Amino acid sequence: MTTIERSVGAGVRRLDGPDKVRGRAPYAYEHELDAQAVFVAIVQSPVARGRITAIDGSGAQAVPGVLAVLTHVDAPRLGEVVEELRVLQSDAVQYAGQPVAVVVAETSEVARDAVGRVRVEYESGDPDVVLSADRDDLYAPEKLMAGFETDSVIGDVDAALAEAPVSVDVVYETPNQHNNPIEMHATVARWDGDVLRMWDANQGPHNLVPVITEAFGITEDQLHITSPYVGGAFGSKAFTHVHQLLAIMAAKVTGRTAKLELTRQQMFSLVGHRTPTIQRLRLGARPDGTLTAISHEVVEHTSQNAEFAEQTATATRLMYAAPARRTTHRLARLDVPAPTIMRAPGEAPGMYALESAMDELAAALGMDPVQLRLRNEPDRDPERDVPWSTRNLVACLTEGAERFGWAGRDHRPGVREEGRWLVGTGVAAATYPTRRRPSQARIEAVPGKPFVVSIDASDIGTGAWTTLTQIAADALRVPMDQVVLRIGDSRLPKASGAGGSTGITSWGPAVVDAAEQLRDRDVPAGGLTVTGSSGPGDEAEQLSSHAFGAHFAEVRVDRDTGEVRVPRMTGVFAAGRIINPVTARSQFLGGMTMGLSMALHEEAVLDTRRGHYANHDLAEYHIAANADVGEVDIAWVDEVDEAHNPLGAKGIGEIGIVGSAAAIGNAYWHATGRRVRDLPITPDKWFR
Amino acid sequence: MREFRYEKAADPAGAVALLAGAPEGAYLGGGTNLVDLMRLGVATPDVLVDVRTLTSDLVEELPDGGLRIGAAVPNADLAADLRVRQRFPLLAQALLAGASGQLRNRATTGGNLLQRTRCTYFTDVTQPCNKRAPGSGCGAVTGLHRNHAVLGATDEGPGSPHTCVATHPSDLAVALRALDAEVRVLGPGGERTVPMADLHRLPGEDPSRDTTLAHGELITAIDVPGLPWAVRSRYRKVRDRASYAFALVSVAAAMDLDGSTVRDVRIALGGMAHAPWRATVAEDALRGGPATEEAFAAAAEAELAAARPLPDNAFKVPMATSTLVRTLLQISAEARA
Repeated sequence: MTTIERSVGAGVRRLDGPDKVRGRAPYAYEHELDAQAVFVAIVQSPVARGRITAIDGSGAQAVPGVLAVLTHVDAPRLGEVVEELRVLQSDAVQYAGQPVAVVVAETSEVARDAVGRVRVEYESGDPDVVLSADRDDLYAPEKLMAGFETDSVIGDVDAALAEAPVSVDVVYETPNQHNNPIEMHATVARWDGDVLRMWDANQGPHNLVPVITEAFGITEDQLHITSPYVGGAFGSKAFTHVHQLLAIMAAKVTGRTAKLELTRQQMFSLVGHRTPTIQRLRLGARPDGTLTAISHEVVEHTSQNAEFAEQTATATRLMYAAPARRTTHRLARLDVPAPTIMRAPGEAPGMYALESAMDELAAALGMDPVQLRLRNEPDRDPERDVPWSTRNLVACLTEGAERFGWAGRDHRPGVREEGRWLVGTGVAAATYPTRRRPSQARIEAVPGKPFVVSIDASDIGTGAWTTLTQIAADALRVPMDQVVLRIGDSRLPKASGAGGSTGITSWGPAVVDAAEQLRDRDVPAGGLTVTGSSGPGDEAEQLSSHAFGAHFAEVRVDRDTGEVRVPRMTGVFAAGRIINPVTARSQFLGGMTMGLSMALHEEAVLDTRRGHYANHDLAEYHIAANADVGEVDIAWVDEVDEAHNPLGAKGIGEIGIVGSAAAIGNAYWHATGRRVRDLPITPDKWFR
Repeated sequence: MREFRYEKAADPAGAVALLAGAPEGAYLGGGTNLVDLMRLGVATPDVLVDVRTLTSDLVEELPDGGLRIGAAVPNADLAADLRVRQRFPLLAQALLAGASGQLRNRATTGGNLLQRTRCTYFTDVTQPCNKRAPGSGCGAVTGLHRNHAVLGATDEGPGSPHTCVATHPSDLAVALRALDAEVRVLGPGGERTVPMADLHRLPGEDPSRDTTLAHGELITAIDVPGLPWAVRSRYRKVRDRASYAFALVSVAAAMDLDGSTVRDVRIALGGMAHAPWRATVAEDALRGGPATEEAFAAAAEAELAAARPLPDNAFKVPMATSTLVRTLLQISAEARA
């Protein structure tokens, strides 16, 4: 009998790392380098609302090397797709940056140069892009994203708030934010007869299949999408966007391989953004800190061409115990591009507000903000009234406080200085849902050869290449080098996309299920192929499953300039079984850094007169630079959640961003005595 | 991107001759700004004349203790030069406060001074901008102008062909302005010297022109005159993140103290105007007076009395005031130590 060491739990370095640093891992745009490809450039509307009254591509068509100019007049007609994807199908303009034509040329330089030669005239009106809680056209969507109810009300919230001995009533605002993965969205498309071949940057090829087959009137068998390596996504590559449809149109019209890569600027209008939010938080408490009422009312935006209702207050439904509770969501439909998901949609902005309000309540109570959270720990999910599968927030707060050195903290704000720096510390809690989605996996066994494990999973930089190989090796009881993993291809067994922190909980059990079918079976000389599957079970109804975490941050504010620095952060997470501590640490680190960036830097500014995102490049849309990130201490508590899924894992891709902005904002207050309730906390706000 | 020819000349005079015959041509130095603008369609030269290896890439001594900086000296090399660091610390600090390590390796001294504004209406060809498309108006005055000018701008409303509230992005230029540097220029008519005071211009009624250089004039070197008391000088840049961002406000300052009296002082502000802003009002107020926090604050407020902020950049006035006061306090503390 041989003893195989377990791979799960080992700090295995990224299997795809060596190929990536050597340039041998092809990203979407790097496929088909030998093809006589055509290149697609997009003509975008500078107008945010109105109609095209005249369009003339002849000037562009006349440029040597230009093969085609497609407009709403002559572009291929699309099948039944949602309104936001009906690109080049009508003269309507619904947001600034909307594609109104494409130029297809022999080189990308010629295509881009010819963009300026397409003449377009518009009938336009003043754009309506300003979100406000006072708008009279706010409406309640039927449902929120991910199927959450729009509102939730338990008890008489207003009465409980009125009677509360201690309360806070505050409004927080978060701005428009944009996903900016390093790899711009790119698509390569070719029609091989009536089969559409694509190489594309996305979060799961199968996510694209329904839309593209419908749009172009083909069957699933006629579509083959390959996406083995993806250079970041954060949600912006989860769904089909218009650029993919434009590339397919260009391939159809020219009969050649069409390549389209968005510019960084175009990513600010064509692949979604995180809605701005206006959040009113009201908390009522007894003098000992026991919450009596929680009210979280959200105003956010969506676009004329889509209803995207972010689930901003849903984490508030489960974080703390309180007898009276209310959450609401209202939308304004504005002349903006369609919003989309951005790392922890809902939880990231919503928990910023809740955890900031909890800090304000702790200050009003004269209480340690860690103790306030511990005081309000619920035994069961307070709104669904079901048990937790596992909930270890208390352990995260306790261990985080220990690691950070919280004990003995002077809770008074604005009393610590080092030179010209004002110094403070802050805490915030985190949570993110644990879910799983239907997925299938296939394993091919041939005597004397490695097992081939196939699943249309997706590695957007998370480490899935490595962690799925670890899971498969353990399930097959072989070392990792006896597993060949195949992911990122629509011809592989259908699996859910990389999103909602569901990858490992969805794909892992499918791989395990397939492996279990091979166990104790003799593999014939000709080989054996088995298929496994996994999906949500009774746990979704019977249990409340979430990852939890606690963030601690130290903040320094320069009293002369208002500059903010974060010399250290601690994050402790309870996120189920950790498959790989090396890649997991990177996920938490990336999330916490993105939260720091949300706290201090990120804001896409809408030009209210012209309706476009004015700071649409990385010089002006600031993301935290390396120099902004200090010491980041990361740990996790021992937790295995086998009540949720057989791996006992929870998702870890998003929880790192949840709450980290609040910890920094709370530390800013502790340093300065001033609350900034509208992110980001930029130096100008010191001079208000 | 417009198609262009790429040319190299044997010497600076040859480059000047090439560009004199190409009214839509441009010199190519490090290319760190120009190439970006070409890709965006903002700059559309038909000829690029590569001057990167034509002018000096050396820092040489001047008889008065000053330095002559070849136009091709990379920003990184200049920042690392021991003479620069010892004699003109504000210059080294300004360089290191700019861009990223990679860009500083590539960017030249001459090219640094000729950067274009990063105003997002200038860099977006679908938006109005009097600097890029004269007469098209200004999108920034009614749009995104949080990091735009509060001093010396022209604001006659968004539709005016004169309106421009852009700032000059260079950190180096602010330090050179404080040091009264002179720019040596070779043109079709021969050599001339342009004081930093005259190189960059305010928008006035023609925002399209950043500088007073004529088409085809080539910066060959920058002379920094000797200033013994510049050993106590600082460049303080305030920005939205810890690195790789343009200045919200910057202060370049040197001060000569006689006990607790200001014998002489040089102050230039960055991020505040269409050109590096020499704070002559503040300098005059300080010269001969006490080196106290009250005096520094009064001088800063006197200088900024001319500020005409827009709704979203009014913070620059108190930010510049407090940053200037702190910088002068730090220099005087250093002098006393």
